[in-house]
Amino acid sequence: MQKVAAAAGGQYPTRYPAVAVRFAPGDRVRVRDSAPLGHIRTPFYIRGHVGVIERYCGAFPNPEELAQMRDGLPAQPLYRVRFLQRDVWADYPGPREDTIDIEIFQHWLERT
Amino acid sequence: MAKPKKSTGSKKTDAQDGRADRLVARGHHDMGGLPAGRVEPSEHDYAEWERRVDALMVLLSGVKGGPPRMTVDELRKNIEAIGPEAYDKMSYYERWVTSITQTMIQRGVITTDELGRRMEEVRARREAACKK
Repeated sequence: MQKVAAAAGGQYPTRYPAVAVRFAPGDRVRVRDSAPLGHIRTPFYIRGHVGVIERYCGAFPNPEELAQMRDGLPAQPLYRVRFLQRDVWADYPGPREDTIDIEIFQHWLERT
Repeated sequence: MAKPKKSTGSKKTDAQDGRADRLVARGHHDMGGLPAGRVEPSEHDYAEWERRVDALMVLLSGVKGGPPRMTVDELRKNIEAIGPEAYDKMSYYERWVTSITQTMIQRGVITTDELGRRMEEVRARREAACKK
């Protein structure tokens, strides 16, 4: 069993066996631009965009699997990922430094 | 909770171009960023049946003890499976009760036949009450 808590510096213990944590705060990541079937918690509008890991939130059973009556294990690390609003919306009218934070599971993220 | 202000007709960004060829793209429920009217926040009281649907979900998810009979992820999956036209017509808790019912059928807690017969009974009872 992978000890996610240890990988996260002991900050977020998890009750579940989990896959290894791949990203740390500050890492640049791209959200996978994928559109499979099933219940997906990664919003459509953010797929394909590049952001920065803001924090690790712990590991949780995969909701895509839970939705199909399976146990969702091993648990997937969840991150809060920060994006620039002007990167996400082509016509964003607000200040250039505005950001949006979205919680995204690790299997939806790839290193850039 | 304050609802986030919806974008007023955002243009597609580069990352989301070239997706028209996909058979499955955006789910109807996944409407973040699509053009929409203003969000008008308003308070309203819940009807008794809405409170019951909420309580039903609490009990079925097992958070108050007892065996968990469904997950919130199944609730979401079956809400997302509602056809676009019906999805837009239904209220929040109408979507919930539709999804909970579908989940109970999928999990074998009730059968489609039991559900259909019970719905007929309820309809007959209401019609009889209306005639009096």
